[in-house]
Amino acid sequence: MSDITLESMSEQYYDVLKEIGNIGAGNATTALAQLLQCKVDMKVPQVKLLEFDELGELMGGEEQIMAGIYLCVEGDITGSIMFLLRKDAARHLVSKLMGMELSPDGEFSEIESSALKEIGNIITGAYLNSLSTLTNLVIYPSVPDLTIDMAGAILSVPAIEFGTLGDKILLIQTQFTDDYDLDGFFVLVPDLESYAKILGALGLTI
Amino acid sequence: MSEIIKVGMADLKTCKAPDGVTTLGLGSCVGVAIRDPITKIGGLAHVMLPDSTAIRQNNNIYKFADTGITELVRLMEQLGAKRNRMVAKIAGGAQMFAFQNKTELVRVGDRNVEASKKKLKELNIPILSEDTGDSYGRTVIFYPETGDFVIRAVGRDERTI
Repeated sequence: MSDITLESMSEQYYDVLKEIGNIGAGNATTALAQLLQCKVDMKVPQVKLLEFDELGELMGGEEQIMAGIYLCVEGDITGSIMFLLRKDAARHLVSKLMGMELSPDGEFSEIESSALKEIGNIITGAYLNSLSTLTNLVIYPSVPDLTIDMAGAILSVPAIEFGTLGDKILLIQTQFTDDYDLDGFFVLVPDLESYAKILGALGLTI
Repeated sequence: MSEIIKVGMADLKTCKAPDGVTTLGLGSCVGVAIRDPITKIGGLAHVMLPDSTAIRQNNNIYKFADTGITELVRLMEQLGAKRNRMVAKIAGGAQMFAFQNKTELVRVGDRNVEASKKKLKELNIPILSEDTGDSYGRTVIFYPETGDFVIRAVGRDERTI
């Protein structure tokens, strides 16, 4: 089991992840709509296995400035989860949540960062919840941490974690829309034993 | 017309002046730039992990500090660069999130920097300057013509080391 590589995962496995992504993103959308008290639509999420090189491109270039919210996951499975969105979309969400205009310098104040972490927490929490419910596995997320920087730099963190498994990274892209298109990206990085556990819990073998 | 050649994540490229090499958005990865000042042959490796012997999935030799730097030097020598003239500059190795507290991945940025230095020392290539650590991403451009290593970061002034 320890010789699992992402390349060797079956189609079925991606379908499962896609479905978990779908339900998770659905839950996240509901949570977001409640939080913002407005209607939020969601497109069907895309699950992609990408070469490291393709990552930046998908997000609008390695130098695209993004907000990355990163949590560690513990419990029956261990690993980490990251939620990324573009900085302008992040600012839009925060201003909506706080019901006010943001600081004009384009940066996030301490309270705005904190609000953004909370948004990330709710969105990743909704995703992890659906994973936990579907698999009956206990999953505890850690306190979130936030970084605003170039997409390439933020993604180097999960890429390095995936780098110990192979040369690709698994990405779930979700598009939320309120009056603004928000492209959100989930990167879920379970460690090797956790892959087997997730699959086993769903009655699948590789 | 000179050209700037792009190096992706876990990748490496060589070039000859007046061309340059660049890699965008280095986070915990390390950019290792090497040049031979006489032939003006240069190269840049985007190192992701410190040690190819520590993990099983190690067939991409560009990904690791040990194998990546060795390969970069080999390719530069093939182009006519001489090992005993080579000099290096390094950048990156940031810790992007405060808590990355997973056991074997603790401070992977620092470990990438250390492993790169160790390998360069083994190959007897001196490091002229570095801009490593801290907690922000860097875009780097290397010009073998002058040895200039230009570093850009979000919300910071561009600088050359």
